[in-house]
Parts: sequence; structure tokens; C-alpha cells
Amino acid sequence: MKVSVLQFPGTNCEYDAKYAFERLGCEVEIIWHKDKELPSDTDLLVIPGGFSYGDYLRSGAIARFANIMDSVQTYAKNGGKILGICNGFQILLEAGLLPGAMKRNSSLHFISQFSKLKVISSDNVFLQELNNNDIVNIPVAHHDGNYFIDENGLKDLEANDQIILKYCDDHGDEISLNGAISNIAGICNKEKTIFGLMPHPERAMEDILGSSDGVKMLNGFLNK
Amino acid sequence: MKAIINIALKQGVLDDQGKATHHALDTLGFENVVKDVRIGKQIIIELNSSNEEDAKVEVSKMCDKLLANTVIEDYQIKIVV
Repeated sequence: MKVSVLQFPGTNCEYDAKYAFERLGCEVEIIWHKDKELPSDTDLLVIPGGFSYGDYLRSGAIARFANIMDSVQTYAKNGGKILGICNGFQILLEAGLLPGAMKRNSSLHFISQFSKLKVISSDNVFLQELNNNDIVNIPVAHHDGNYFIDENGLKDLEANDQIILKYCDDHGDEISLNGAISNIAGICNKEKTIFGLMPHPERAMEDILGSSDGVKMLNGFLNK
Repeated sequence: MKAIINIALKQGVLDDQGKATHHALDTLGFENVVKDVRIGKQIIIELNSSNEEDAKVEVSKMCDKLLANTVIEDYQIKIVV
């Protein structure tokens, strides 16, 4: 399987993403933002975390106009699979590939810690190796993870099973980590081809580093 | 000619920075004076144009495309000659 990982100025999780997918046996290529075309054999596009363009203006606002993004839009329209992690999620929102927007964390603090996540919908390629209500332990590291969508948008997400992950405590009870509406940590599009989440599964690949729960998550993309 | 653009979170979208600042002003003794605090940002653009109406149209496009995220933010444009 071929995974393409985008790289913008300020991206800092591209090598974590590369390591994670290589560990799962994928061929991984890092794609510079000035390139015009994604590799035609891309099976999964990863937009990794970091601080593209220094988060200037708004997180992800400038990256969405990078050269490579035309090709990303075409790839998305043709049903190509995309995973946006952290800043990658923010870029997908700014690019209109996922609904909603990000605000500053309600505490106004940068949050960097492990967080438990509850699987809300596993009926998709990404979380297919997990079951609904499973709890995973995944690191979060963000300043703008306070997900917002209006009331009708939220109803749509719920009706179409587009909310995939929520923040929770050790017992699976939802918690408000960053003020996100309905405690949402990750969503997907209606077609379930484009996924965005604030937590970092690519940083949870080794027990020795605190958790390997990311393996079960990312592995989903390898199963047809 | 200059465009002064004020961008702030829409009414109905919780402004956590505004709320925290409001609380800080209350603790400084302004609780009877302050009703609400909203925090936004200002962008100032120097324009080549000399036509005020044209400038407003162009700057609106800039706001919709890049400067504001209209999912959560409103913008106001003031053209200063």
C-alpha cells in the first residue's frame, strides 16, 4: 500500500507518520507542498500535524492554498482516502473537505497529554478494527482543537454516523478536553473517505512510548 | 487608500478569550461597567485602488476566500481614503 504524506513549511509530524505507516508495512512518500501532483498510485493521503505556515491568520488557513492542494481536492472528489491529523484536520476544515471549524481551546492553553478516546462509530475504513464504545489511549498536542459546528451541522454529523471519536475518561464517560462541541475528537465526511482527528495515533505505535493503540487505528486503512 | 477589516467570532459562537478577559475586568473592579467583551483581530490592507466601491468588493472577496472563516467569524470592512 502506498501512503503519501504532505509536508508544508512548519509541518513537524511527517516523519512520525512515515515511521508509523512503514511499521505497518506501507510504502511511504513525503510530498512537498510546492509539488503540483500527488503520486498517482496513492492509496492513502496523510496530512500530518504541526504548525503549517506558523498557524498564521488561522491554523490551516494558508496551507489550504498551497500548490499541492488542487491535486488534493481532485483526489478527494474521486473518492481518494485522506487522513488529517491535528494540523491536518485543521487544514481539511479550512479547505472545506470536512465540515465545521476550529477555535482556540476553551482553556486558552496548549494541551499536551495522553487522552482517552471513545469510539463512537467504527463503521468506516479507519476504525474498522475497533468496536463502538472501545476506549483508546492517544496523545493530544494542540492549541486550536475546540471543534465548532452549528446546530444543523451537528445533527447532520450525528445522523450520518460522521462523529468517529470523542474525548472520554478512563470509564468511557465523555469529558470536555478543549471545549469542542459534543466533545468531538474526530469526524469523517458523509462518504466516509476523509477523516480528521485532533489526537495523534501515529505517536501511539510503541508500548515503550506509552501506548500502541494507534496501531489498531491506522491498520484499518490496510484492510480492504 | 486603506481597508481596515475587523474580524470577530459570530454572535452565538462562544468567545472564550472574551469571556476570560471579561472575568479579569470584573476582578479588577469593573464589574458594574462591563456588560460584554468580544475579542477579534484587525487587518489593515493598503490598496492600489482609488475607487472606494471597487475596493470594498475586492476586500469582501479576500475576506470570504482567506481572511475570515465565515463558519465561525464575521467581518466588517471600513475603507479609509
